[in-house]
Amino acid sequence: MSAVLFFIAAIGALAGAIGVVVIRNPFYSVLALVSHLIALAALFLLLRAEFVAAAQVIVYAGAVMVLYVFVVAYIGGADTPLHRPGSSLKFLAPLFGLAVAIELCIAMLGTGLKGVSGKGAPYINGFGTPRHIGTLFLTTYLLPFEIASLLLLVAAIGAVVLARRRRGLEPDLTFEALHVPRSVFTGTMAEAAGFRAGAGTTTDAHEQTEPIGSQTSPPAGVGSSGSGEKGEGGW
Amino acid sequence: MAIGWYLTVSALIFCIGVVGVITRPNPLVILLCLELMLNAANLALVAFARMWGSEDGQIFALIVMVVAACEVTVGLGLIVAIYRRQLPVNVDDLNELSG
Repeated sequence: MSAVLFFIAAIGALAGAIGVVVIRNPFYSVLALVSHLIALAALFLLLRAEFVAAAQVIVYAGAVMVLYVFVVAYIGGADTPLHRPGSSLKFLAPLFGLAVAIELCIAMLGTGLKGVSGKGAPYINGFGTPRHIGTLFLTTYLLPFEIASLLLLVAAIGAVVLARRRRGLEPDLTFEALHVPRSVFTGTMAEAAGFRAGAGTTTDAHEQTEPIGSQTSPPAGVGSSGSGEKGEGGW
Repeated sequence: MAIGWYLTVSALIFCIGVVGVITRPNPLVILLCLELMLNAANLALVAFARMWGSEDGQIFALIVMVVAACEVTVGLGLIVAIYRRQLPVNVDDLNELSG
């Protein structure tokens, strides 16, 4: 019975993993990874790791994958090419992967450890339950537990800092328009409508009645050079 | 099932992840393939925990999951920042730092 379950879960996990790599659309790649993670949780259950399996399904397949889905939806899950065009990696990469697989299998199965070919240690009642894991986390592995919580905090702050909108580094047209000096009582309603973006640097009444529709030129140029030319020509 | 079978599945998943990281140009999919590799390591850790009959490997696997969550958060933040600057979301085009 356990052999049948193992093969079902293992084939599911491998198929999900292959789907992540092969599927063209990133959105479906994420869904393939979710199925892979659930199959892997079944393997964890077969290995008597109940708490790890539950955490895998809830935290990984639940929370982390939702984050992925949101980012894919934000960026747009357009079809991306599977391989980099014009590179020989298309043929070399599977060969390299096969070589690494064979090497890993030789390294792990040929260790000479007796346990590798056995079914594992005799099962103790309560192995891998949340009670045992929690006891270990709060006694023997207290320091890694605290470091993990600190790491989560740092990652959360780092993600917010990375993904926020930077005002100084991105072109922001509204703030450029606001930096142009203007006289008193020139309204901002015209700017809101898109007209007279930088006009009104002088207090002359003639210049404030310039024709509307000069929004094609950049705002800063209109404010500085335009007023100077008009000042010379008019007087 | 013998522990060796689990280790074989772990090795295969790891290699599929390696191939994905090498071939795919989209950083989102590269992050997904990194997840695959971390999960393969998790499977090996849990299998070894079963082999020795101690829960230390499971603790290690849980810590790996925490680190993977952090990596995903920061990586997705980077991708969103790249997208906001209207740079191409493609690791081959983001070569400004390569001499």
